[in-house]
Amino acid sequence: MAKLTFKTDNCKGCSLCVYACPKSILQIATDKINKKGHHPAECIDMEKCIGCASCAMMCPDCIIKVER
Amino acid sequence: MSDKILMKGNEAIAEAAIIAGCRHYFGYPITPQTEIAAYMAKKMPKIGGTFLQAESEIAAINMVYGVASAGKRVMTSSSSPGVSLKGEGLSYLAGSDLPSLIVNVQRGGPGLGGIQPSQSDYFQSTRGGGHGDYHMIVLAPASVQEMAELTVKGFELADTYRMTAMILADGTMGQMMEPVSLDLDVKPAPEKPWATTGTGMAREHNIVNSLSLVPEELEELNFKRYDRYKVIEENETMYEEYKVEDADIVLAAFGIAARVSKNAVDEARKMGIKAGLIRPITLWPFPKAPFKAAAEHAKAFISVELNMGQMIEDVILATESKRPVTLCNRAGGMIPDPKQVLNSIIEVNGGIQ
Amino acid sequence: MAVVFDKPHALIDVPLHYCPGCTHGIVHRLVAEVIDELGIEGKTIGIAPVGCSVMAYNYFNCDMIEAAHGRAPAVATGVKRADPENHIVFTYQGDGDLASIGMAETVHAAARNENITVIFINNAIYGMTGGQMAPTSLVGQVTQTSPYGRDPKACGYPIKVCEMLSELVGPEYLERVTVNNVKNVRNAKKAIKKAFQNQIDGKGFSLVEVVSSCPTNWGMTPKQALDWIDSDMLPYYPLGVYKDRSAEQKEAE
Repeated sequence: MAKLTFKTDNCKGCSLCVYACPKSILQIATDKINKKGHHPAECIDMEKCIGCASCAMMCPDCIIKVER
Repeated sequence: MSDKILMKGNEAIAEAAIIAGCRHYFGYPITPQTEIAAYMAKKMPKIGGTFLQAESEIAAINMVYGVASAGKRVMTSSSSPGVSLKGEGLSYLAGSDLPSLIVNVQRGGPGLGGIQPSQSDYFQSTRGGGHGDYHMIVLAPASVQEMAELTVKGFELADTYRMTAMILADGTMGQMMEPVSLDLDVKPAPEKPWATTGTGMAREHNIVNSLSLVPEELEELNFKRYDRYKVIEENETMYEEYKVEDADIVLAAFGIAARVSKNAVDEARKMGIKAGLIRPITLWPFPKAPFKAAAEHAKAFISVELNMGQMIEDVILATESKRPVTLCNRAGGMIPDPKQVLNSIIEVNGGIQ
Repeated sequence: MAVVFDKPHALIDVPLHYCPGCTHGIVHRLVAEVIDELGIEGKTIGIAPVGCSVMAYNYFNCDMIEAAHGRAPAVATGVKRADPENHIVFTYQGDGDLASIGMAETVHAAARNENITVIFINNAIYGMTGGQMAPTSLVGQVTQTSPYGRDPKACGYPIKVCEMLSELVGPEYLERVTVNNVKNVRNAKKAIKKAFQNQIDGKGFSLVEVVSSCPTNWGMTPKQALDWIDSDMLPYYPLGVYKDRSAEQKEAE
């Protein structure tokens, strides 16, 4: 049981978190646009999150908070 | 009256800096100021201070930038070609509003020039030396005693106004030996709440910075800096007048040229020519007022300089071109002798009446 | 639930100006995490000179100094010597800054074993000015000022900073790391932590070279850029410890 919180407005949609996720549960939300004008990252299946923080470690903008 | 000791000008600067509380010196060897570094190398380790021979003039001035950021009194010294290298650092110090003391014991230029005394860095010093809109406080000692006193004064002015103070000496002043009193009046350094000394987790972080990408903000910073310069012009301008009150011919000279000029004034007076001398002690801010006042009664001015005529421009500006200003100079490391200056006075006077 | 990962305190909560996918952000965070973990934020002074990271003073919670291009090690020397007992000083420099215009300051700070921590971002390009050839640009690398690829006949070979400095007697610790995957990020943090711990322990000059990416000026996606680190950068810039005097001495004992 783990939880990710995204500071979505600071996301630049670089997708490094998407590639880092071992469970492949992150994606770039191409249907959303944040304040900066980027498609932000989002988690599509929080149930599967193991709270490994790989996404957060690869995020250059430090927008992901991980709880477990 | 305290005891006087015989000292070289360069050594007097070094000892006065230590008395003023400077415990950090960074330098690079260059003639004719190396005695300052040598003195610091001997003294600093014994009083818990730092002497460091930097890898370059550029590194030395940036080490100064570091200590100044941390809020401590710090200095470097060099001679003309080395000061050119420091130009970048001088601009950054100004842009970051950091206090420091820089000594330039000038030698003849341009380029590598020579190693004999010169005043040819007048423009470089009084106009800034590096890029951008800024000034340094420029102090021109004319005796070994003044080398010491103006060093202390320089640290105080630098701290008060958060800017660089420069001692603009020359090879003669640096090498000359005279009796000096080191009973110097040193005021305590002001608090520096802006310094980067670590937040101690007790305040917001301090930033030392000269970057400002918003033009309106950068303009505002420049305006504020120049407001401060105005206060300095009003409060800190220093000069000496010698027999100016009734003078027909007024000499303008600083440093070693002023000593020569004083002799020439006395000789001229003996011949019945009413000569006088205004000796700027601060080259920036330039003492405009005494020149303007003297232009009311003097017939002509002579700027005596060890260069191709640099301060003469400030004399013309200060006298508002009301009177003729001529140049009496030597360059390349030569010093005008009193006779040359006297001849200039006689010539400008239209002979001896 | 417990928080297992969040923004470190030493990193200010503002958006970074870096391009999407730029690894500067990762390294900033690692430095901040180390500052947090060592409990040194209150006595740390960071120095970021000219380059993409010139505005790092907006991002770190500790006292910060912006310095002239290449001069950070000299400025750091001044700050450190102003109060050696109470100042923890780090510089954060790019490749143009550290290995080109500031090479003299770098080499001499290392030779003096100046007790400072240097974080060196090697992304083989000048990022801030729009992608010109760096002293670490690879042979054949296309940049704005090497449009036909870096030609060693005309402009020589890229400089291997860790290898070069390791020939000096002076420095305490030199390590090259990268941040192109989670495992490497963990290792990079270990190296950065050691570089700060060395300073706390008074051991001297510690430099961590971080092989980094510049997707924008490399003309790649952020992911392609991380892959290019593996395929092109690391063969020329091998990861590893290039000098660790304390470890060597321990081994010798």
